[in-house]
Amino acid sequence: MTGFAFLLLLMAAILGYMLNRYAAQSVRAGGGRFHSLTGYHGMFSALLVLVPVLTIILAWLVLQGPLIDRMVMGGLPQGALQGLDTGGRQLVLAEIKSIAGGRVFGTPEDWKLAAADRLVALRETSGWLLVVVVAVLGLSIIAFARSRVSAGFRARQGVERIVSGLMIFCSTVAVFTTVGIILSLTFETYRFFQAVPVSEFLFGTNWEPQIPIRADQIAAEGAFGWLPVILGTMVITVVALVVAIPIGLLSAIYLNEFAPGRVRSVVKPVLEILAGVPTVVYGFFAILVVAPAIRSFGATIDIDVAPNTALAAGGVMGIMLIPFISSFADDALSAVPQAMRDGSLGLGATRGEMMTTVLFPAALPGIVGGILLAVSRAIGETMIVVMAAGLMARMTINPLDSVTTVTVQIVTLLIGDTSFDNPKTLAAFALGMMLFLVTLVINIFALRIVRKYREAYD
Amino acid sequence: MNDIRKIERDVNMANTKISARSVDVFYGETHAIRNVSVDIADRTVTAFIGPSGCGKSTFLRCLNRMNDTIETCRVTGDIELDGRDINARSVDAVQLRAQVGMVFQKPNPFPKSIYDNVAYGPKIHGMARNKAELDEIVEKALRRGAIWDEVKDRLHAPGTGLSGGQQQRLCIARAVATEPEVLLMDEPCSALDPIATAQVEELIDELRQDYAVVIVTHSMQQAARVSQKTAFFHLGDLVEYDDTDRIFTNPRDQRTESYITGRIG
Ligand SMILES: Nc1ncnc2c1ncn2[C@@H]1O[C@H](COP(=O)(O)OP(=O)(O)OP(=O)(O)O)[C@@H](O)[C@H]1O
Ligand SMILES: [Mg+2]
Repeated sequence: MTGFAFLLLLMAAILGYMLNRYAAQSVRAGGGRFHSLTGYHGMFSALLVLVPVLTIILAWLVLQGPLIDRMVMGGLPQGALQGLDTGGRQLVLAEIKSIAGGRVFGTPEDWKLAAADRLVALRETSGWLLVVVVAVLGLSIIAFARSRVSAGFRARQGVERIVSGLMIFCSTVAVFTTVGIILSLTFETYRFFQAVPVSEFLFGTNWEPQIPIRADQIAAEGAFGWLPVILGTMVITVVALVVAIPIGLLSAIYLNEFAPGRVRSVVKPVLEILAGVPTVVYGFFAILVVAPAIRSFGATIDIDVAPNTALAAGGVMGIMLIPFISSFADDALSAVPQAMRDGSLGLGATRGEMMTTVLFPAALPGIVGGILLAVSRAIGETMIVVMAAGLMARMTINPLDSVTTVTVQIVTLLIGDTSFDNPKTLAAFALGMMLFLVTLVINIFALRIVRKYREAYD
Repeated sequence: MNDIRKIERDVNMANTKISARSVDVFYGETHAIRNVSVDIADRTVTAFIGPSGCGKSTFLRCLNRMNDTIETCRVTGDIELDGRDINARSVDAVQLRAQVGMVFQKPNPFPKSIYDNVAYGPKIHGMARNKAELDEIVEKALRRGAIWDEVKDRLHAPGTGLSGGQQQRLCIARAVATEPEVLLMDEPCSALDPIATAQVEELIDELRQDYAVVIVTHSMQQAARVSQKTAFFHLGDLVEYDDTDRIFTNPRDQRTESYITGRIG
């Protein structure tokens, strides 16, 4: 039925388009200057039908499910639900639904069968109702749009208004999603802080998120101090950036300014392929190749190296970040006008001087943008560290030691059978929240710095 | 009589700052300049005139090897500055460009402060030993660029915030600041009002005391006012090169006459 409704809508839109276009053409044939091209009149009608009716169909589909469920449950015989809690009611509803879907297990009670029939009937009615609504609404809108066709009607602006409304809607979707995610994080974090004091979380230097599952279980009290975890993230991020920033920037500068066209046309795509390698591949590159190499190198110069080092995870992550930094920097450098380069070279600067004194400052916002993106990626990167970093939280800044990161801890906290009202699980949300805040603060700071030092060209 | 003539010619020869012989320029397959030979005299203003797209800028850019920066561009022929081949391996293009300064067709101040724009060349060439000297160089250059009075109170405001005409004068000041021996100016007045134009022309006249100045212009009046020599280009050919007076009063070539009287262009 829903498919039919969509088809109907499509046909209505096409019909509206044709009708209006045709009408506009015939008015035009009668002579007189037209404000809008005939196509705009058609588009106006089509969009006027599409946008509201599509909204109605979607809203209908979202709302009909819960509404029908309620009606079915409300229509059950007296006493059928006696003594059942929410979970039990859900089970009954699920059973009714599966009967309605034709999957009958055992011999259900008669009232369940009746309810299933009722469910099917309600769905049917809802579908027909939808089709009728679509048809009536569609036709009346078409009629309305048709009545507007005249030489003076500003269909062009009309179409633009509808489209700009659509664009506003799309951009609010992103905003609302973000707000929703932040709200849910905040809410769960708040619940976590009811179980664990804020000060312990923020300033504690111990991270051992074990919680007795049963009251009588013998287990250590959990400790939820996030400092060692975030410190681990920082260590790995710094290692990654130390690898990525120089390599990324220098290769961008080389490609942009010094490389002959042939080299550039080969190296640039290769760098972009690097960006397409899945992080899980980097992950096993880190554990199978880099970590053993560091360990055996450490052994030859008598340094004790942990099997899972921050250096291995961070170094490989740095390689992953190179293309981000280099392609952002390359774009930013390319965007600096040729006139700037000419001006500098014309005054007798070498290419290197031109790069450091003119191009680089002018491209700074773009370059910092790339680095910021890389920092955010490094802090939030999960797969490589899950595979190559450690699990034990330690207060250390030694990159040859094993550290754990915020993301690794979130993963381990949520793996396994845990219920959602246990501090251990909620701790994951608190960590997520902190991660979000840290990234936000870094972004704000960096934008400040860029605004202060940028040299805007126009 | 004969002797006097000979001496005059010798002086002229010694006076030649840049001498170009059979210069051809290609952009990929496009032949932009065909077999151009020109002697540009020292302490003289030479004007390049000709219709749009005839290769004036292209030829100008050969004189300080700015065409090197265009990958598709190929220059053949000999160009000598003070008798030295500028395309020789031993010549450093970077050094050459400090010697042969350039003002571009479109104003292109750096997105830096007015002060830093002018100080750019002196800084990279180490012309000032301390801040005071640099300040002096900057002020002198801005005065010569006829813009000092307008910017002296905001030397640390961005150069890109100036009006188009002010930007162009800033670029002239920037080029003058490195004390070049030759100054190439590509339509320096195309964005200027009559007052600023007059100031720049005055500046050009003043620069002539020390430098060779080459100016590309679309204004016949300007060429007539400021230059002593004029070269007329047409479709990549150097049609005529002579004293300005002669070009404007008694051109030899039919095309030159048509152009200056406004029939082609
Ligand atoms: N970078 C380039 N690549 C390819 N062709 C070019 C390039 N620059 C100039 N040309 C071509 O060379 C010819 C001469 O151009 P040039 O810029 O020297 O003309 P111009 O005389 O300065 O014109 P105008 O008075 O409009 O500035 C033109 O045909 C132009 O299309
Ligand atoms: Mg030009």
